[in-house]
Amino acid sequence: MGFTSKNKPEAFSLTQPSKIEKFIPYFLIAPALSYLLFFIGYPLAQAVVLAFTDSSGHFTLAHIKYLLYSPESMFYTAFKDTLALAAVIIPIQVMLALGFSLLLSTNFKGREFALYAFVLPLTISDVAGGLIWYTMLSTNGFFNKMLMAAGIIASPIQFFGYQYRYMEFLAIVIAEVWRATAIVFVIIFAGLQMISKDYIEAAEVFGAGTWEKLRHIIFPMLKPSLQAALIIRTLFAFQVFGVVWVLAGRDIPVLAGEAYYEQTELYHYGVAALYALIIAALSVAVGYIYIKMFRAQYLEVGR
Amino acid sequence: MVSDVVKYYLRRVVFYGLVTVSVLWILTPIVIAILYAFSTTHDYYSPKVVIPTHFTLKHIQELLALGAGPAIMNSIIVASLTILFSFVLGLPAGYAFARYAFRGKDSIKLLIIGLRMFPIIIIAVPLVTLYIRLGLNDTLLGVALAHTSMALPFVILITSSIFAGVPTELEEAGMIFGLSRWGAFLRITLPLALPGLAAAAIFTFIMSWNEVFMASVLTLTNRTLPAFILTSAMAAPDFIKFAASFIMVLPAMIFVFIARRYLIAMWGITLR
Repeated sequence: MGFTSKNKPEAFSLTQPSKIEKFIPYFLIAPALSYLLFFIGYPLAQAVVLAFTDSSGHFTLAHIKYLLYSPESMFYTAFKDTLALAAVIIPIQVMLALGFSLLLSTNFKGREFALYAFVLPLTISDVAGGLIWYTMLSTNGFFNKMLMAAGIIASPIQFFGYQYRYMEFLAIVIAEVWRATAIVFVIIFAGLQMISKDYIEAAEVFGAGTWEKLRHIIFPMLKPSLQAALIIRTLFAFQVFGVVWVLAGRDIPVLAGEAYYEQTELYHYGVAALYALIIAALSVAVGYIYIKMFRAQYLEVGR
Repeated sequence: MVSDVVKYYLRRVVFYGLVTVSVLWILTPIVIAILYAFSTTHDYYSPKVVIPTHFTLKHIQELLALGAGPAIMNSIIVASLTILFSFVLGLPAGYAFARYAFRGKDSIKLLIIGLRMFPIIIIAVPLVTLYIRLGLNDTLLGVALAHTSMALPFVILITSSIFAGVPTELEEAGMIFGLSRWGAFLRITLPLALPGLAAAAIFTFIMSWNEVFMASVLTLTNRTLPAFILTSAMAAPDFIKFAASFIMVLPAMIFVFIARRYLIAMWGITLR
């Protein structure tokens, strides 16, 4: 007596939507999509206008000239430092995240706790992360006092101040590795979980050692996750701001920091817009690679 | 035989050693930051005291006296508005992605995934001129609207996967027994999705609570907490900074503890 798919009344069928039903998903998505397109499209157009017009609305190249040639502008240093930070931080993060993921891929007592600890920094903002590491590394901070108490150093290591720029760079690297490795970890860990145990067991049956399992099964199957993690981290690295501003201010200029400084301190809206456009261009370039790669994966899974 | 046993234990020791070091690397700075935020001035400046043993609420009070109180309120208001806006806009879209097959679905979803990658810096800087014209500059509503643009793609992707996790059969059964689609959503899918949605709301809250660039560019007097810390507390003495880091981290940690069951799955969804 139960309903079968054959005598199911037409109105209840979900597989063959009526004319109105067909448009429902578009109605549901339209508000969100319009909102997003406005909040991306308007600022993007406005940024171009700001970057190439003067205060009376006439076309000008003054902002670009300021950016490139003015002694006040720190564009080249900012560009260099942003890339340098990314180049140092990202490889360390990927290695660490890979290590953490492999550690947690086996079952052991306390695994849940370790997992919780590893993802905890995800919730810590860049500003807070910077402040926490300021607490650790300042002259009277934990790190210096611990080393002095242990008799390893006689006087505190200076991490902050313009004359210790290289130490500031190091402090930023430490803080970012500490805070943002969690993002890489989550991606790689999720990727690792998806690798079927069957492959690994099969390899074990044929006598593969730990390194052989890593080399021939885990790394190749982890490649998509690794790529995704790399690209997401690169995108975030172009926008690095809070940590740098808290730990080094403009001693280590970065692109986002210069945008902030030009905008809020000097009121050079056009120059700030240029910085924003440069960061956007870098991100779009990387994002394009990401989407192409993601699409390949997406179609493969066929969802 | 013996060497096998020794090897086994040696490996256990190395393994647990590595796990312990990794966990300590993450947790020590948090514990130290919290301890130092409450440490007395004497303990801090005494080079002998590595771990403070005398505690005070003075630094937190000083930070509040500097104006952190209103900033915390502002942050809470902005985050709540952001949750409201991004859920009103994002829930329907998430539901549509989970339940309907329609033309262009893949392209639209890819577009949203792509928009998620858009740097917030380019949203914030030009928005100032528009906000001045609309009277939204230096308002909490303005910051919340900007934060919504940052959180919305995530909310859509998370809610879509939450709704997809509620079996369609339950909804169909409800509709067979006479519920409309809206009724089936309200009475069946929504209650089942509620815990996941709550976790998604927490995720949104943390995103907004932590965001500093847009908030500092778009406000002048109505600072949110990170913007306040970035502009005011940086010039203050060390203790104020320690107290600031404690107050910034606290709600995020509480929320993570509440939502920890969903944490990894959710970040997995948003980051992959």
